[in-house]
Amino acid sequence: MIGSPARNRRAYVNAHVLAPLQGLNGPGGILVEDGWILAVGKSVTRESVGATSTVIDCKGRLLIPGLVDMRVFTGEPGSEYRETLASASEAAAAGGVTTIIVMPNTQPVIDDAAIVDYVLRRARDTAQVRVAPMAAITKGLAGEQMAEIGLLRRAGAVAVTDAVKAVSNANLFRRALMYARDCDLLVVGHAEEPSLSGGVMNAGEAASRLGLSGNPAMSEVIMLERDLRLVEMTGARYHVAQVSSALSLDVIRRAKDKGLPVTCGVSIHHLVLNETDIGAYRTFFKLAPPLRSEDDRRALVAAVADGTIDVIVSSHDPQSDDTKRLPFAEAAFGAIGLETMLSSALGLSANENIPLPRLVEALSQRPASILGLEQGRLQPGAPADFAIVDPQLSWTVEDAALRSRSKNSPYEHRTLEGHAVETVVAGRTVYEYAG
Amino acid sequence: MTSTATRPTLFKAQHLLAISDLSPLDITAVLDLAQHYAESGKGLAKDGRVLAGQTQVNLFFENSTRTQSSFEIAGKRLGADVMNMAVATSSVSKGETLLDTAMTINAMHPDFLVVRHQSSGAVELLSQKVSCAVINAGDGQHEHPTQALLDALTIRRHYGRLEGLTVAICGDILHSRVARSNIHLLTKMGVRVRCVAPSTLLPSGIANFGVEVFRDMEKGLAGAEVVMMLRLQVERMSGAFVPSLREYYQFYGLTEAKLACAKPGALVMHPGPMNRGVEIDSGVADGVQSVIREQVEMGVAVRMAILDGLDRTRRAGSTS
Repeated sequence: MIGSPARNRRAYVNAHVLAPLQGLNGPGGILVEDGWILAVGKSVTRESVGATSTVIDCKGRLLIPGLVDMRVFTGEPGSEYRETLASASEAAAAGGVTTIIVMPNTQPVIDDAAIVDYVLRRARDTAQVRVAPMAAITKGLAGEQMAEIGLLRRAGAVAVTDAVKAVSNANLFRRALMYARDCDLLVVGHAEEPSLSGGVMNAGEAASRLGLSGNPAMSEVIMLERDLRLVEMTGARYHVAQVSSALSLDVIRRAKDKGLPVTCGVSIHHLVLNETDIGAYRTFFKLAPPLRSEDDRRALVAAVADGTIDVIVSSHDPQSDDTKRLPFAEAAFGAIGLETMLSSALGLSANENIPLPRLVEALSQRPASILGLEQGRLQPGAPADFAIVDPQLSWTVEDAALRSRSKNSPYEHRTLEGHAVETVVAGRTVYEYAG
Repeated sequence: MTSTATRPTLFKAQHLLAISDLSPLDITAVLDLAQHYAESGKGLAKDGRVLAGQTQVNLFFENSTRTQSSFEIAGKRLGADVMNMAVATSSVSKGETLLDTAMTINAMHPDFLVVRHQSSGAVELLSQKVSCAVINAGDGQHEHPTQALLDALTIRRHYGRLEGLTVAICGDILHSRVARSNIHLLTKMGVRVRCVAPSTLLPSGIANFGVEVFRDMEKGLAGAEVVMMLRLQVERMSGAFVPSLREYYQFYGLTEAKLACAKPGALVMHPGPMNRGVEIDSGVADGVQSVIREQVEMGVAVRMAILDGLDRTRRAGSTS
């Protein structure tokens, strides 16, 4: 549906336009034609655009580049009962997300150019927002044989990753980094040493009290250290999908200080929740990597603020009742987050001192630039992908209203502040808040 | 205490899922009532059959001989109709989920559901879905509250009190729900609790549980009034936690020599089943200081008190 942008010229005026990489942070508007931005900034007003445009009054609300979510799991192909590209895209649109990067651990795995093509075609035909896949580093995500990285890139994969697994064979991972460097393709790592991460929640006192097996932060640190040594050796562009602990941040800082081509992500859940939220075995809080201590959470928030962490992702992972309504140890990992990420992030800006421009960078502009996408910027000639946001709008997360096919939201019944009121992809309105 | 209508409530809890469901006063009340049942033995008067006409279902997802039969005898002595669900031959082994099983049993309107499950938190999950009183008979590595209560009763019968005593819990604390429930109960009752184990068998953060930690067994036992041994849970040893059983016995097996470090006449306890010659020497297990058989006896009395107590809570709830 993205293929044919709206033909008409539309002007969104009387907004607070915020796009830090373009130096925009103040009153203004945006003029859109044929799915592209014609003009943006304080020059775009009701008076300046004239009668040729349809004028939309933003009533002083925030206008930001649409969010680019680098870590979204869907069930398509293979587990459509959990989530389709269409249902994920509706959840995304409602959350101000205009581009979703889908993970390759589907059935079949996205490890073949034909599957990349399939996903892109299905997205074109059914999705409300832009969809781009990451493809597998190793065939079948089995960690044994390199996938056809060059052909996958040519078919449209924006990066390679083994999704929720690290490539534990260091030599294979080294070669994959070298090969991906030659193809100028980003490699996205999952930082978890498998032999140390058999647990179901953060290792420590809370796990001991619940009688649950622990997954220590050291598991993340060890794999991250290994990956970064290999990056140093190969010069490949490397992005760690998610970090969860304060210890990992020191490792990232050191790598960045050395000038390595390294970037870092964190899930929104790890910025707003900690291990104590698990309470009495609430499986919607069972995540991989696990929620860690409050000290870790605060360190992650500070690292987003100071730029050590580049990107915030939803790590949207739809799971059905069948896999979640089980004893904690037996339940699946993962939580949905596409629809709540923006609200949670606005909460961080209000309560935790992360400047709003920094959040917009981490949610939209940085991921777009890391992936080499033309989205995530508000400037003439860029795609007209943006969201109009009311930071004060208060809403309650209820299963029935969530657009995702799966309802495993850790925020169920919580009241959040801030919501997209309109989401625009390629100049087309894909979501409007209905109250 | 004998008439069904006039029994005062014992505690507020509707289920017994963890020791945290009970306050120190509740625990004392449970132990007092259990003491009464222990004295009555099999000669409980006919009007003491306070659960007559009620249904108790024992749902054991993990094999257990002693706990299941203890709950069965406790229920029957109080007059309840007791049914044992044989999970291994039921629809659970055909892929039915825990919650489906719970709903099915709940539809038959039992009054008590006694549950053991291999996953921590499974009994809690189940209690949210049924309308009867649920008793945790052991969930994963989380809790086994009736075991802690029967251990406390056994100790109290010998020392007349709990407060101020020193209890050394020794062995595989990492995998032990018995250890966790005992730590919670004993610290709550003012007992000095020591944990004695190699670091590989200690849960992380154990020092924050209000216990003293010892890696040297002789130091850990010094001056203790009670030595509580734990089963080395060989079936849970998914990795290498100790190099060998032989080495474990050398350092952490309770022998006469090590027991001599404890206070003279210190009680030797074990929740069973024992690995003789691994965590405990046969001579010590059967020796004069051993109260292991008394623990089993107290198990029935404590479980009667819990069933009775939960029934009183239900009656109080339905009349108020």
